Amino acid sequence: MRKIGAFVIGGSAGSLDVLLKVLPEVNKNLDFAIIIVIHRKQGTDSLLTDLLAHRTTLKVKEADEKEKILNGYVYIAPSDYHLLIEKDFTFSLDYSEKINYSRPSIDVTFQSAADVYGEKLVCLLLSGSNADGVNGLIAAKKNGGVTLAQNPASAQVSYMPEQAISRANVTSVLDIEEMADYINSLSLNH
Amino acid sequence: MSNSGPISDEEVEILINDVLEQHGYDFTGYSRASLKRRLARLYALDKHVSFAEFRYKTLNDDVYFKHFVEGVTVNVTEMFRDPSFYRLLREKILPSLNTYPFIRIWLAGCSTGEEAYSIAIILKELNLLHKSLIYATDINPTVLEKAANGMFPLSQMKSYSENYIASGGKKDFSSYYSASYSLAKFDTELKSKMIFSTHNLVSDRSFNEFQLILCRNVLIYFDRPLQFRVFQLFDQSLENLGYLALGTKETLDFSPISPAYKRVGTDKVWRKVSA
Repeated sequence: MRKIGAFVIGGSAGSLDVLLKVLPEVNKNLDFAIIIVIHRKQGTDSLLTDLLAHRTTLKVKEADEKEKILNGYVYIAPSDYHLLIEKDFTFSLDYSEKINYSRPSIDVTFQSAADVYGEKLVCLLLSGSNADGVNGLIAAKKNGGVTLAQNPASAQVSYMPEQAISRANVTSVLDIEEMADYINSLSLNH
Repeated sequence: MSNSGPISDEEVEILINDVLEQHGYDFTGYSRASLKRRLARLYALDKHVSFAEFRYKTLNDDVYFKHFVEGVTVNVTEMFRDPSFYRLLREKILPSLNTYPFIRIWLAGCSTGEEAYSIAIILKELNLLHKSLIYATDINPTVLEKAANGMFPLSQMKSYSENYIASGGKKDFSSYYSASYSLAKFDTELKSKMIFSTHNLVSDRSFNEFQLILCRNVLIYFDRPLQFRVFQLFDQSLENLGYLALGTKETLDFSPISPAYKRVGTDKVWRKVSA
């Protein structure tokens, strides 16, 4: 099995509930980082980080610019900035135009991660009502990464994972109950 | 290395080198992930069919190069963005400058000017505008022309008005502009205290001493060494006890000048405490 570098999760409407179910079941000594990009209102950053931090033994923090990406951490994209990844595995922030009416945009982070991690990348697109993230999945797959979508039948809003399945030809479709096991199985540390 | 977009890492470096050699603009200290995305975006928007064509136009066509600079740099801005920051300006920082006979403010990376007009509105409400001067600078001459016009989309006024109120503004925001078709034209009195000029933070020097320098959401595009150089430039341009204001996600911490600065409140504002 190959060692992965990052597991990047994108989601919009209906995705927070999925994360609240999945993160508590994820092992804390992962040998890769989890990076989360969720669409949300401005100014609710620390709230979201706190909310997720209380549900998991993993270290959860909002991504800072120039911050080195460490294994076993869960990073949250700050609201109102795009989150990118540099070749030296640090974060960059970008306040450019919204993409798919969104900032942070899931496409931006997936595409940037695809450039840096190549085949060591796994991307998962969750529930949501627009198609942000689908182009990013296509880029991730093109560069050899693994792409995943939430089973639309289990999604509060099925449009986003449906688009992922129909347009990005994802590697696998996962039910909520399968996600934590899937993530844990990717880690070579058990 | 892999590429998800139309421009490769090598091609990014070729363009950076061309632009430096041919036009004297130095993008070598820009964070690559964002720059690469801007270049890919410009390439797609302008419907180039090959990298060779993109490169040729950038090198040889001065009109296209102006457009290139505008496209590569990020010019997204709004009025009273981050209302809590503007509340701090209104309630603490600008009133403390009242003791000076003359207030000089440098807005570095002013883009299309929305922040300059926001600051001028607060200065006017604090009765400080008459003795203030806002030096608004940007690398990009095209955005400065827009800034000097003082006209912003009318469609934005509802959100700007909400920001203004959230930042402690008490007046009717619409009293500051007149509607003209799809644009809001701001009072010329606000503009009378602004000086617009090109200034490149990468290559240009300090040009005055200020009591307040604002540079918000510009440094996120620079790598650490360039950030530190720009902090030195700000330090040389700031009077003792002057203030430096950065974007919500930017910090002076870990920089060589940070020992001489003290954080003010919870927003990203620092005060110079020793010369």
